[in-house]
Amino acid sequence: MRPSIQLLGPDLIGRILSEAFELLMNPGVRVGSATVELLRSAGVDVTVAEKVADHLADHDGVAHIPEPLVRRCLASVPRDFHLYNRKGEKTVHYGGDDVHFDPGSCCVQMLDPDTMEARLSETRDLVRIVQVTEMLPQFAAQSTAVVCNDAGNDLPSAIGDLYRLFIVLQHSDKPVVTGSFSASGLEGMIDLLAADSGGLDKLRRQPRAVFDVCPSPPLNWSEFGSHNLLDLARAGVPAEIVSMPLAGGTAPVTLAGSVTQHAAEALAGITLHQLAGPGSPIVWGGAPAIFDMRTGGAPMGAVETAMLNLACAEVGKHLGLPTHAYLVATDSKFVDAQAGAESARSATLGALAGINMISGAGMLESLACHSVEKLVMDAEWIASAQRLARGIEVHGGEVPGHTLATAMFAQTGLSGEFLQLKETRALFRQEQYLPSSLIDRSARGSEPPSDVFTRARARVDQLVGKYRKPSLPEDVLQKFQAILNREAGKARAAAAASEKLSISSS
Amino acid sequence: MSDELFGAMLQSIVDGAPDKASDLARQALATGVDPLEAVNRGFAVGIKFAGDQFGCGEMFLPDLLASAEAMKAAIKILEPEMLKRGSQRATLGKIVLGTARGDIHDIGKNLVATILSASGFQIFDLGTSVTPEQFVAKAKEVDADIVGISALLTTTMAGQKAVIEALDRNALRPRLKAIIGGAAVTSKWAAEIGADGFSRNAIDALELAKNLMRNITNQGTAPA
Repeated sequence: MRPSIQLLGPDLIGRILSEAFELLMNPGVRVGSATVELLRSAGVDVTVAEKVADHLADHDGVAHIPEPLVRRCLASVPRDFHLYNRKGEKTVHYGGDDVHFDPGSCCVQMLDPDTMEARLSETRDLVRIVQVTEMLPQFAAQSTAVVCNDAGNDLPSAIGDLYRLFIVLQHSDKPVVTGSFSASGLEGMIDLLAADSGGLDKLRRQPRAVFDVCPSPPLNWSEFGSHNLLDLARAGVPAEIVSMPLAGGTAPVTLAGSVTQHAAEALAGITLHQLAGPGSPIVWGGAPAIFDMRTGGAPMGAVETAMLNLACAEVGKHLGLPTHAYLVATDSKFVDAQAGAESARSATLGALAGINMISGAGMLESLACHSVEKLVMDAEWIASAQRLARGIEVHGGEVPGHTLATAMFAQTGLSGEFLQLKETRALFRQEQYLPSSLIDRSARGSEPPSDVFTRARARVDQLVGKYRKPSLPEDVLQKFQAILNREAGKARAAAAASEKLSISSS
Repeated sequence: MSDELFGAMLQSIVDGAPDKASDLARQALATGVDPLEAVNRGFAVGIKFAGDQFGCGEMFLPDLLASAEAMKAAIKILEPEMLKRGSQRATLGKIVLGTARGDIHDIGKNLVATILSASGFQIFDLGTSVTPEQFVAKAKEVDADIVGISALLTTTMAGQKAVIEALDRNALRPRLKAIIGGAAVTSKWAAEIGADGFSRNAIDALELAKNLMRNITNQGTAPA
């Protein structure tokens, strides 16, 4: 049997969904103007609200989405799909109980291992994270892990999202978990992926990336989020809903109440998405957390945060959907005992829950800081978790007579000489996860003892030393550059236009 | 008798009990206790105590908000009588608050508004996604002492800089102080954009605002 963990059970999931459907009608969901016509043409009552905020269009509304429509949209969501690597191999399976991990996304700071201070992240940091991730089998996918603050010197900051993907694609063959920073940023990123895949059609058939799309809690598919959802649905590129209720802050304080809000936000997102592109792949995901009652922050290492993530995924699984969660992160500022304990615990829980994609490894300080040293440490927790999730296995062919022990005892008698058995050699790699040099199991004496951070630094150097950059065809690289230049031009023009507008209005 | 009443007032704030606080305020008026004294020796001491308890981790954000609500309830009862007596509680200062353009996240800003308002500041809350022009206009209109700009997202933090630049263009500083807050805001960022201060949470914001007001007051009374 595969060990697993459930926190809700069918009865509670039934209540959660029933209240989530109620929320979708009353109070309803705030939606961006781009969705109003789409929803109305599907028979949804959308009341156009007062102007909520200056940057939102006048036509923002509150949609009251009826359960039968949501059910219809749920029925057209693919139960599973794959992400492909550059060679065209199926690398990530979104569906069932398959578990994959990727590094946390979109961080703005990096822990400097020399000074132990958090500083703004740069291109070199993203490259190092990608190199290490590429070398570690624990990570099935890359992420656009950090914002490259140095890119702003040459490029408009509005295309920071595109630039990250531009860097990742040049340094990795793995699938990518990414996301756009704006409603308009998506187009260039999809073009970049299409250039890499050899056309939009190929990208649709063998998607290399999934795009995180976030509603704003509570129950708000803002202009930006809803725009992205519709564009992804129409392009047929996989979307991943990352709903982030903060229990007690932007969502009900009870874990069950926050899971209900998450379900309502995800159901609303799926409805928008499937109305725009029926059958387009979408993931039931999230980064829910509790609201810290001292700091007002979102403690990603808290056990309740892990519970929320597991429970939200459990609702998605109940609906038969691919799932995602945000785990393996810590609130500590260093790669220390707190970081290890929080990250290992949530990696273990996530693997046992059978969540398809688990993002968050490498992240410190409640997602405010990335560390490549933590990433290699987290890879050990992930491997252990994956081992645990495989459970206790009974081997067939390798062990004579399919016995558990007697056939091996028949060979050794009472000599105790198991190390020499061919079964030992054949099976120890399956039975045991063999950790890297990061995990210290050595006897005292031979080497001077070191702490985990020192070993993590050495491990990073070792992996980066072995890394080889993929060689992309020259014409693809040229296309990448052309797309980057084109989008930079567009962003500069938009910035100039908005500046003009702001001067003339003031 | 009064000491006992003041003690109960303090407790009603610490307990976050608006009904109890209102009752005690009414009792004070009925028994001829000076309303200003009721605030200064009773209710306000409660808010100070709650803030200290929060600072040392004994009270939590929901407790603090409840204390602020109780404070509001008491002031509401006492205010008409204070006005009548011409002994209106001195405003600690006028603060314009809002989140930076493009940012709709307002939990932090709302907490700051509640705590500062309960502590005696006059708050002008412009809400979410506020443009630099709106900040400037409001600051001029109410002759604000402090402008507070909140931003949760790293992408909207640039909006804080834009507000400070707009305040400077309108020559509102240095008399007016600009402070910033938000999850990703650091002292480095505050220094980079020339803010007059930043705070990590609502209680720190209160301390910051009080300190800045001391500077402003000193500036005001300094010989020319």
